[in-house]
Amino acid sequence: MSKMRILVGVKRVIDYGVKVRVRADKSGVEMENVKMSINPFCEIAMEEAMRLKEGGHAAEVVAVSIGPEKAVDTLRHAMAMGADRAVHVLAETEGMVPLQVAKLLVAVAQKESPGLIILGKQAIDGDCNQTGQMLSALLGWPQATFASKMTVADGGAKAEVVREVDGGLETVGLRLPAVVTTDLRLNEPRYATLPNIMKAKKKKVDKLTPADLGVDLAPRVKQLLVEEPPKRKAGVKVTSVDELFDKLANEAKAF
Amino acid sequence: LATLVLAEHSGGALNDATLSAVAAASKLSGDTHVLVVGAQASVVATAAAAVEGVKAVVTMAGDDKPVAESVTTAVLAAHKAGGYTHILSASTSVGKSVMPRVAALLDVAALTEVVAVESDDTFKRPIYAGNAISTVQALDAVKVLTIRPTSFEKAGLAAAPAPITSLDAPTPPAEPASWFVSEELSKSERPELASASTIISGGRGLKSADNFKLLDGLADQLNAALGASRAAVDAGFCPNDWQVGQTGKVVAPDLYLAVGISGAIQHLAGMKDSKTIVAINTDPDAPIFQVADYGLVEDLFKACPDLEAKLKAAAK
Repeated sequence: MSKMRILVGVKRVIDYGVKVRVRADKSGVEMENVKMSINPFCEIAMEEAMRLKEGGHAAEVVAVSIGPEKAVDTLRHAMAMGADRAVHVLAETEGMVPLQVAKLLVAVAQKESPGLIILGKQAIDGDCNQTGQMLSALLGWPQATFASKMTVADGGAKAEVVREVDGGLETVGLRLPAVVTTDLRLNEPRYATLPNIMKAKKKKVDKLTPADLGVDLAPRVKQLLVEEPPKRKAGVKVTSVDELFDKLANEAKAF
Repeated sequence: LATLVLAEHSGGALNDATLSAVAAASKLSGDTHVLVVGAQASVVATAAAAVEGVKAVVTMAGDDKPVAESVTTAVLAAHKAGGYTHILSASTSVGKSVMPRVAALLDVAALTEVVAVESDDTFKRPIYAGNAISTVQALDAVKVLTIRPTSFEKAGLAAAPAPITSLDAPTPPAEPASWFVSEELSKSERPELASASTIISGGRGLKSADNFKLLDGLADQLNAALGASRAAVDAGFCPNDWQVGQTGKVVAPDLYLAVGISGAIQHLAGMKDSKTIVAINTDPDAPIFQVADYGLVEDLFKACPDLEAKLKAAAK
C-alpha cells in the first residue's frame, strides 16, 4: 500500500498573546497593526502531521490555508515546520462562515485525495469549532474531534484516536480517509529552525480562488454588532487571610 | 415554528447541560421538543418529559456509546419527521461534535457557544475567547445552535409531563467508518474543571510541580476543581488538561481562586466570567488584581496553608 498524503488546514489569526480590541464603530475587532500568527490548534495539527510522516505513515504533508494575500505567511510557517508544499485559497475570510470554509476544503480535498485531514479543533478568532466536523460530514468521512493522541494502524487503513471529552477521555476507531481535529494535549509543536525557514521560502504554494473551487460565498450569517464584554468592576485588596476569609464568607457568600 | 433539542445523557440520567439547552430553547417562539437517542432512551425520556417548557419528547433507539456520525443521522431523521425551524444542543463535547455535522448536511450555517437568544434569528456569542461579544443574525431557514450551559439557568420541573413518542432509528451502515473503542473517565474525586462551581488555579508562582500539591488541601476544603495557567502548564508543573484560558478551557464558576497567577490576557479570557474572583500574588501590580473581586498581596506559600487552616476550622 502506498503511503498517504496528509492535508493540514492552517489559519492566520491574531496572535494569542494580543489583547483584542473592539473597533469604535462596533463593526468588528481591530486588525490594523496587530501581530498575526498561526492559530495554535493548527500548529498542533501541523506537528502531528509531521510526526506521522516521520513515523513512516505519510509520504507527503500539504498545508492549506484560506485567507487574504498575507495568509501565505502562515503557510510559510507550516512549511518551515516541515510541510512539503502548500495550497492557498485566496479569499477574504471576514464574513465567511465555517460551512463555506468546509466547502472550500472539500474541493481542495477532492483535488489532493489525502488519506487524512488534520485541522485544529477551533480557530481562536471566531471560536466556532465547526469546520472539521462539517468537512467530515460533507466528505462522508468519519471524524474524531478534540484529539489528544492518535495512532495510524493497518498500513494506513485505520486510525485510533483518543479524544478529550467532558468527563475524561474517549477512544474511537476510524477507517481512513478521515478528519481529525486537534486538542491542546496532542503534542508540543516544534520550533521552526532558521535553515528550515529558509528552505520553506523555496517550497511551492499553489494559489486558488473560491471561484476555481466552485464554492458560493453568499452570506449565511450577518454580523450585526461586536461589543466589549461587560467589564468587571475593580475589586478590593484585602490585607490578610483572615480578612479574605471574612469577605468570602460574609460578603460574597462564596461558602 | 418548533425547536428540537438534542438531549445528552449518561448512565440513564439526563445531563444538566440539557436543562440549560431547554431553557435556551424556551426563549424561542416555537414549541420545544426533545430528542433522546441511545440504548437508554426510554428511561431518559421520562426525565426529559418532566422538564419545564418541554412540549414533546421523541425517542430513538441507538448505541450505548454512539459516535457523532450516528447521532447526526438520528437528529436528521427526527428533523425530517418534525420539520423543525431550530435544532439546538448544549455546547458539550457531544453537542460540539454533532451539531456542525447536522448543519453541514442541511446546508445551513451553525452558531456555536451561544450565550444569549435575542430573537428567533438573532443571537449573541463570544468571539476571541470572550474578549468580544458578537451579535449575529442567522440567515438560513433552519437555525442550528449550540448554547453555552453556564449562560442559561437550568429549566425546572413541569407541572405535568409531556407526551413521549418514538421514532424508528435509521438503518445503521453495514460497515461503520467509525466506532467506539473505550473510555477512561477521570477518576479524580474532584469535580470536573469545565462544570465545577469552585476552581483553584495555580500559576508560575508555585515554582514547581511538587508545590502544586499545596493546592490539594485547599481544593479538599472547598470541593474545588484544580486548574492552571498556560505558564504553569508550559513549565510542566501540571497536566495540559488543567489549563484555563484562551487555548485551554473557558470556565465560569461561582468562585475562582487564582494562586500565583499574574493574569496574562490569554488566562483572563478563560476565567473572567467567574462570579467571584480571588487572587493571591506577591506582586501588587499583577494584572490579575484588575479582575479580582478580592486581592491578597502575600506569599502564596504562607497564604494557602493559612486559608486552608481557616477553612478547616470553620468546617468543624
